[in-house]
Amino acid sequence: MLEKAANAMSQGVLKTVSNFGYMGALLVESFYWILFGRRRGQPVKMAPLASQMVETGVQAIPIVMVLSFAIGVSLAIQTIYALKNFGAESQVILAIAIGVTREFGPLITGILVAGRTASALAARIGSMVVSQEVDALRVIGIMPVRYLVVPPLVALLIMVPTLTVLADAAAIFGGAVYSLPNLDVSLWAYLVASVDSLTAGDVLQGLAKSLVFGAIVALVGVSSGFNVKGGAEGVGRATTQSVVMAISWIVIADMIFTFFLNR
Amino acid sequence: MSDQAPPVIEVEGLVTHYGRRKILDGVDLKMSAGEIRVIMGGSGSGKSTLLWHLLGLYKPTAGTIRLLDQDITQISAQEFQALRKELGVSFQGGALFTSMSVGENVALPLREHTELDENTIRIMSRLKLEVVNLGGFQDLMPSQLSGGMIKRAALARAIVMDPKLLFFDEPSAGLDPVVAAELDDLILQLRDAMRMSMVVVTHELDSAFKIADKITVLDQGKVLLTGTVEEVKSSKLERVQDLLNRRPRDVKVDAEEYLRRLTEEEYV
Repeated sequence: MLEKAANAMSQGVLKTVSNFGYMGALLVESFYWILFGRRRGQPVKMAPLASQMVETGVQAIPIVMVLSFAIGVSLAIQTIYALKNFGAESQVILAIAIGVTREFGPLITGILVAGRTASALAARIGSMVVSQEVDALRVIGIMPVRYLVVPPLVALLIMVPTLTVLADAAAIFGGAVYSLPNLDVSLWAYLVASVDSLTAGDVLQGLAKSLVFGAIVALVGVSSGFNVKGGAEGVGRATTQSVVMAISWIVIADMIFTFFLNR
Repeated sequence: MSDQAPPVIEVEGLVTHYGRRKILDGVDLKMSAGEIRVIMGGSGSGKSTLLWHLLGLYKPTAGTIRLLDQDITQISAQEFQALRKELGVSFQGGALFTSMSVGENVALPLREHTELDENTIRIMSRLKLEVVNLGGFQDLMPSQLSGGMIKRAALARAIVMDPKLLFFDEPSAGLDPVVAAELDDLILQLRDAMRMSMVVVTHELDSAFKIADKITVLDQGKVLLTGTVEEVKSSKLERVQDLLNRRPRDVKVDAEEYLRRLTEEEYV
C-alpha cells in the first residue's frame, strides 16, 4: 500500500520534472528561431504573430477590464472595513494602488489568459497532433516549434503585460468608485493620489510577473498539446489539464516571485 | 529507367524498435528514378513504420537510409531541411490543416519555402489543384470535402513544390472502388507528366497491381520479396500467396510463450 503510494508519487515527480524540461526546451528552441530563423530559412512571420496578439490579447480586453474592476471594488470594500478600526480609511488609496499593481492586476490577468489561451493552444495543437498535421508540417519542412509555438509565445509575452497595465487601471478605478463616498475626495484627486503613492518599482514588479505568467500560459498550453495521446478524448483531457496546470503554475510562480522581490 | 543512375532510395539493414518491440528487422530496399514502388503487407507488417523512417520522422536503431543520394541518418538538420523540399508526402488521412482553406493548404509550402509573390503562389497552387481535378475548390475548408477530395487535395499539396520523390500512404484506404481507381490513374498520370519517383504504401491488391513497377512485400518486419507484378503474382512463397488470396494465416500456438504472455507482469 505504502509502496504503491510512494511509487505513484515518484512517478508524479518524474513526470513533473520531465514536463518542466520539455517546456524549457520549447522556450530555448523558440528563442533560437526568433534569433536565427531568418538565417536558417525559417523566418518567424508577422501575420500569424499579429493574429495571435489579437486573439490572445485584444479580444481579452473587455473581460480583463470587467473582472479587474470588480476585484478593485471588492478590495476597496474589504480594505475600508479593515482600516475603519484604526480610523485610517484614507489609507485605502495606497493599499489598493499597491495591492493591485504588485499583486492582483498581474494575477487576475494571468489567470484569465490561462483560462482563455492555454486551453485554446492545447486544443488546437492537440488536434493537429492527432490528425497528423504536425507530422505534415515536419515533412513539408516547416519546423513545428517555429510555426506553432513562437507566434503565441511572443504574442503572450507582449500582450499579458499590456493587459496587466489595463487591469491595474480598471482595478484602481473600481476601488475609487466604491471609496469616493467614504473618503470625501474627488475622483480626480483619488486617481492622482493613487499614482503618487506608486513607485516605478511597484509597477515594474507587477509587469515582471506578468511576463513570466505569459510564458507559463504559452508553454503549458503548447506542451500539453504536443503531448496529446489517444485521439479526441486525449485532446479533451489535455485541454482541461492545461488550464489547471497553467493556473497552478501561475499562482506558485507568483508566490515565489513575491517572496524574492520583497526580501 | 537506366540502372546507371544512382538509386533515389537506398535502404540497408534498417532495424527499428517501438519500445522494446522490434518492428523492422534488417530491411533492404533499392529504388531507381522514375519508378513506382508499392510497399505491401498486412497490418502490423511494418510498412507504415518503414514509411515514417523514410520520411525521417523517427530515428532507426540501426541501418542507413539514403534518399536522393543523401544519408538521412547522418546529415545535419539543415541539410535534411533542404532535402525535404525535394520530397512530397500525402498522408493517409490527408492531414490537411483544418484551420486553412484548401487553397491555403496547397500554397503553404510555397509560402514557407519560396520568396514568390502572392499572385504567382496563387496561380501555382490553383494549377496543382487543376492537376488533381479540384479546380475551383480552393476556397472550401477541408471539413467541407469528401474523402476522395481530401486525398486529392493532400496530393496537390504534396506535389506543389515539384518534388523528385513522392510518398503516398494508403491512397485508396476508405474510398469507394471508383474513386480509388481514379486516384490510381492520377498517380500514373503524375508519374508520366512530372517524372516523379513514388513510394506507395498500400494493402489494396487491385490498386497495387495497377500502379506498381515493382512491389516490395513486407512481413513481420522483413522483406519477403521484391519483384515486378508478375513475379509477385507467381511467387511460390506461402506468405505472399496468403496475402494475395486473402487466406488467414496459421497462427501457431507456442505453449511456453503463451504462458509467459499471461503471467509476466512486464511482458512486451
